[in-house]
Amino acid sequence: MIRYLGKRIIFMILSLFLIVTATFFIMKAVPGGPFTSEKNVPDEIKAALEAKYKLNLPLHEQYLDYLKGVITWDLGPSFVEKSSTVNDMISRGFPVSAHLGAQALLLAIFGGITLGVVAALKHNKWQDYSAMLIAVLGLSVPGFILASFYQYFFAIKWGIFPIAKWEGFEYTVLPSLALAAMPIAFIARLTRSNMLEVLGQDYIKTAKAKGLNTVTITVKHAIRNALLPVITYLGPLLANILTGAFVIERIFGIPGLGREFVISITNRDYTVIMGTTVFYAIILVVGILLVDIAYTLVDPRIKLSDAGRE
Amino acid sequence: MEERILEVKDLHVSFHTYAGEVKAVRGVNFHVKRGEAVAIVGESGCGKSVTAQTLMKLIPMPPGEIKKGEILFNGVNLVNKSNKEMESIRGKDIGMIFQDPMTSLNPTLTIGNQIMEGLIKHQNMSRSDARNRAIELLTLVGIPQPEKRVDQYPHEFSGGMRQRAMIAIALACSPQLLIADEPTTALDVTIQAQILDLMKELQKKMNTSIILITHDLGVVAEMCDRVIVMYAGKVIETGTVDDIFYNPQHPYTKGLLRSVPRLDLNRDEPLTPIFGTPPDLLRPPVGCGFTARCESAMRVCQEYDPELNDISSTQRAACWLQHPLAQNRAGS
Ligand SMILES: Nc1ncnc2c1ncn2[C@@H]1O[C@H](COP(=O)(O)OP(=O)(O)OP(=O)(O)O)[C@@H](O)[C@H]1O
Ligand code: SF4
Ligand SMILES: [Mg+2]
Repeated sequence: MIRYLGKRIIFMILSLFLIVTATFFIMKAVPGGPFTSEKNVPDEIKAALEAKYKLNLPLHEQYLDYLKGVITWDLGPSFVEKSSTVNDMISRGFPVSAHLGAQALLLAIFGGITLGVVAALKHNKWQDYSAMLIAVLGLSVPGFILASFYQYFFAIKWGIFPIAKWEGFEYTVLPSLALAAMPIAFIARLTRSNMLEVLGQDYIKTAKAKGLNTVTITVKHAIRNALLPVITYLGPLLANILTGAFVIERIFGIPGLGREFVISITNRDYTVIMGTTVFYAIILVVGILLVDIAYTLVDPRIKLSDAGRE
Repeated sequence: MEERILEVKDLHVSFHTYAGEVKAVRGVNFHVKRGEAVAIVGESGCGKSVTAQTLMKLIPMPPGEIKKGEILFNGVNLVNKSNKEMESIRGKDIGMIFQDPMTSLNPTLTIGNQIMEGLIKHQNMSRSDARNRAIELLTLVGIPQPEKRVDQYPHEFSGGMRQRAMIAIALACSPQLLIADEPTTALDVTIQAQILDLMKELQKKMNTSIILITHDLGVVAEMCDRVIVMYAGKVIETGTVDDIFYNPQHPYTKGLLRSVPRLDLNRDEPLTPIFGTPPDLLRPPVGCGFTARCESAMRVCQEYDPELNDISSTQRAACWLQHPLAQNRAGS
């Protein structure tokens, strides 16, 4: 277990290094820069600016500089928002994004599993059909359309929830729903098909033959086995929610990290783009490791060892 | 002890499928006495498993349906029992072992846990008592190091050991009746013999009645007192093991015996399989189900279904050749 974890962490650091390197060089390769939009800057000023942000140094020095920064967790200043550093922006935006993301994640997991289990238990009844209708809608309608749809009905027409901004719990409802829609649908379908498969397994018959009641059989024998594949989906789910938040935060005017990221791209704000990318990469890589560890806790057949899967 | 703990009367079970009604069991009669081991034999698809699972009402309903008949267990008809009432009988009074030990255990629960469930449910044991009893049961079914094994998962057990664990689960609450649906088919030959020996030994010890479903006539001869031969959803012959092996009456039973090697008969006699296939249970024949494959088939066989006729006090067969009138003709 320890050896496995050590190995995983080394791989994690390696992949993060590759991500940092790739983002750095891709950013440098793209034409244009943060100061292109500021028209008619005299050459001396431009040179001074570039010197200030060390953009005049040779590429490899800039790269080493940046690597050093990442290792010491100093992601540099923002080119555009001159008063704040990238670290500032992350510590400002991330709590908001994390709140939204966690809420959407919980909603997706519990909502999706509930829908899926109900659909499977009521296979081919109206509950099944309605749950799957919701799932198909969730999968086929993009989040940003859903978001505008919610805003129109729940905020403008019925006035139940505020249309935008981030000032209290009622503000979090619509964006969480919009962000969770796709994962809810996906988890519901996955859970349903796994449940149906598990309910047809021999060991369910064994459990029945022992005289256990339906609730025990469903909870202890069926759901647990049906959820194993759902756990594997949690990694991609995390990525889904992180990227989904870029758009949703933008639509609802939420001051999260996702919105900063989108704005930084339009502004060509190198350091912010690279910093947030690295930050997201770390979250994702750590998240996937946690999911793998969780999997071994639930499924006794998988042991974290060198012989085990990577 | 002549007491019948199980009596099945005119049982009909169907499955409603898209193609129509599959009449899997079409009027089955048999009984099991206390402490007796009864075999149900017959080729694939003849309704053995459906019959066995119907006894515990384990067939999925829908699509399954008990159309008609009675299942008297200790004189009480199970057919009318609700699912709740059945729950207190399953595992407590009737235990069941399935064919494939690889898939009949839950992969995410420890073996001990799976044995304990029944004990906690039916005997109100505390967890620690149930655990101790589970260890005793594992010892009983011959699993070494039971204290360690009790906390292991099914994937840490070999096939034979899993089937032993399944037997421990089925016998946990000392049921009066044990139904074993091809308990050794999925195991290799040496393990098969061990499992059968174990079942025989436990049957003696606990005085359990056994219904053993199998394809293997050798197993029948070794383990059972009586045999029920099924064909196309019906019982076509019943008798003691000696009746069936030495004096088979129904052409299907005879065919079945000719198709397996026997040590006690002439070795030069070739093995002859039964040609043809059993009838489609979606559209079962009106007459005898064996007509299309029977060498002695007559006109009456196609039009009328023969009832079970007494051959002796222990043996009955459903064939027009054994009909009392036919016997008279032959005699006169
Ligand atoms: N759930 C079901 N839906 C539809 N038909 C079924 C179902 N279960 C069983 N049957 C049908 O019932 C008939 C009897 O099946 P059963 O499983 O009892 O055969 P069996 O004698 O146990 O055969 P085997 O030796 O292969 O186990 C078969 O024709 C089968 O197709
Ligand atoms: S009843 Fe007729 S067809 Fe059926 S087994 Fe007897 S002889 Fe053969
Ligand atoms: Mg079967």
